[in-house]
Amino acid sequence: MPREDEKRAGNAGKRSPGTGGLDRPESIDWSGLAHSEKFQRLLRAKRRFIIPAMIIFVLYYFALPLLVGYARPMMEKRVLGAINVAYLFALSQFLMAWIVAALYVRAAAKFDRMAQEVLQERK
Amino acid sequence: MTVALGMFIGFVAVTLIITWWAARRSQGAAAFFTASRRITAWQNGVAVAGDYMSAASFLGIAGLIAFFGYDGFMFSVGWLVAYLTVLLVVAEPLRNAGKFTMADVLAYRLNPRPVRAMAALSTITVSTFYMIAQMVGAGALVTLLLGSSHISYHAAVIGVGVLMIIYVVFGGMLATTWVQIIKAILLIAGTILLSLMVLAHFGWSFAAFFDAVTRVTYHEKGAVVTRNFLQPGLRYVAPYGPLDLISLGMALVFGTAGLPHILVRFYTVPDARTARISVVWAMALIGAFYIMTTFLGFGAATIVGRDHIAAHGGNNMSAPLLAQALGGDIFFAFIAAIAFATILAVVAGLTISASTSFAHDFYTNVIHHGVERAPGEEVRVARITAFFVGAVAIAIAILLGKDANVAFLVALAFAVAASANLPVIVLSLFWRRFNTAGAVAGLAVGLLASIVLILVSPSIMKIDPPGTAVAARHLIQRPPLFPLENPGLVSIPLGFLAAIIGTLCRREPLAEKGFDELLVRANTGLGAEKALPE
Repeated sequence: MPREDEKRAGNAGKRSPGTGGLDRPESIDWSGLAHSEKFQRLLRAKRRFIIPAMIIFVLYYFALPLLVGYARPMMEKRVLGAINVAYLFALSQFLMAWIVAALYVRAAAKFDRMAQEVLQERK
Repeated sequence: MTVALGMFIGFVAVTLIITWWAARRSQGAAAFFTASRRITAWQNGVAVAGDYMSAASFLGIAGLIAFFGYDGFMFSVGWLVAYLTVLLVVAEPLRNAGKFTMADVLAYRLNPRPVRAMAALSTITVSTFYMIAQMVGAGALVTLLLGSSHISYHAAVIGVGVLMIIYVVFGGMLATTWVQIIKAILLIAGTILLSLMVLAHFGWSFAAFFDAVTRVTYHEKGAVVTRNFLQPGLRYVAPYGPLDLISLGMALVFGTAGLPHILVRFYTVPDARTARISVVWAMALIGAFYIMTTFLGFGAATIVGRDHIAAHGGNNMSAPLLAQALGGDIFFAFIAAIAFATILAVVAGLTISASTSFAHDFYTNVIHHGVERAPGEEVRVARITAFFVGAVAIAIAILLGKDANVAFLVALAFAVAASANLPVIVLSLFWRRFNTAGAVAGLAVGLLASIVLILVSPSIMKIDPPGTAVAARHLIQRPPLFPLENPGLVSIPLGFLAAIIGTLCRREPLAEKGFDELLVRANTGLGAEKALPE
């Protein structure tokens, strides 16, 4: 039975099933699929959502320790009875996470359809 | 305390029945490592939550809030937000392209043996450190319940170790999953109950509750002080405090997506879409839980008080002591039993991820070049590994003792996951040029940088005041060389940098060629591992 690394040196890898490694059928034209119009459109659509979403959530999240650390007077202002800006801002992080997740799930339904189209084209 | 014992024995009995049931169904590698990939979205979501909400959360964060107010609550935030990285970046590609472990995703493009060897090392490091912290926590909890004898600490540690070995060795991933599901439901139920009791204590008035939080009185350095616990700055003060919080935030946000015991959960579902929905389930539960730490922590600060908690087991016992103050000994027993169940479920998850990585990555793919020499060998090796992992964790937890300062172990686990695992996963999924040299350099430097920085941080290096208990003393009695408790701020960029520099030093045409395959697999699910038929 060929070794995983030897096979890699062959044809980007093939493997008979049940060898404890990865199942990698040779019959699929991965490169062709990767460069197809439909797949490239899927990748662009995903990036258009995921990259801005990552940037927004990372900025919003790290604003919390930064503001708490370096803008104390503003964060200590009371807004709702005893509750201050700092606590509300921390709570808003939970809301932010849930909203980003919900938006992603909505967008991902479209990605699923686009991926299906890529696979159908192959047949 | 017989009530606590009874409740705990009940939980153990149920989990053993599940293990027996799972053992009868579990046949073959995919069944053992991934529960046949037939776990549904909600089940996996609850199990992820059960795998994630550890003793550090329930006992640790409640304690930090009870002692340091708002600064403790900031911990809670990061634990949920971190799941956005899991959701947006790793869960679906991992399910689509991998089989049993994180390293599967790397092995498509890169030279499998060096990469798998490093990935197995980092996986086992993360899991072991995380596990020891949990076991010391379990021992301390039981000591509090049954009185402070060494016998009860040892018995608790050995009990947890033996149970986790039984779950994993006999029940595999299926039993582990159901233990985690039951534990998550118990933990959420207990937390809701405790939160409601705190609100009831304040006459169901949020205003009265938060009002009390602004006037928390306790003894500090011999004097009585009254502080507003909603105000930040009780723990993390300039110059390094805010930096430490940012560093911790980085370890959480980038480390959760690199925690092996969380990642392997996504192999238990039928497809990437289910993996995605399961993350959303997990986020709902985890978010709700961490918001409720407000009531647990602030409730303990106002109703029980810092002085009482400090005198009765320390800040980790805030949640159980709050239960005792509000609901008497029976409720105290109930909450303590839940905390114990929590530890058990997390430890089982850690054991199975470490054993899977050793058997699949190291034994089969590194030593035997990807060839299983006899049917069922990989599962057998994983079972033996689980024994060893359990034995080593028991031994270290007993050596450290119940007063050991182990919080840094969890920080270390997150830091290694964020600095070693995540850069390599992300670069391999998104960078065509990425290669074996980059992966090995990233994993090695990320792992080493986190460990070294923790060793010279105030978690290990610090001069203790005279009279500190021997076991609780810092290992090196010197001023720390690195000012932050959390190394993430430095070690995560170092991990990325090493992976990038390593890549640029070499050209590896095969790795670049393999990128197309990984890209198509990760984004479409073509060729993904299928769920086993019923």
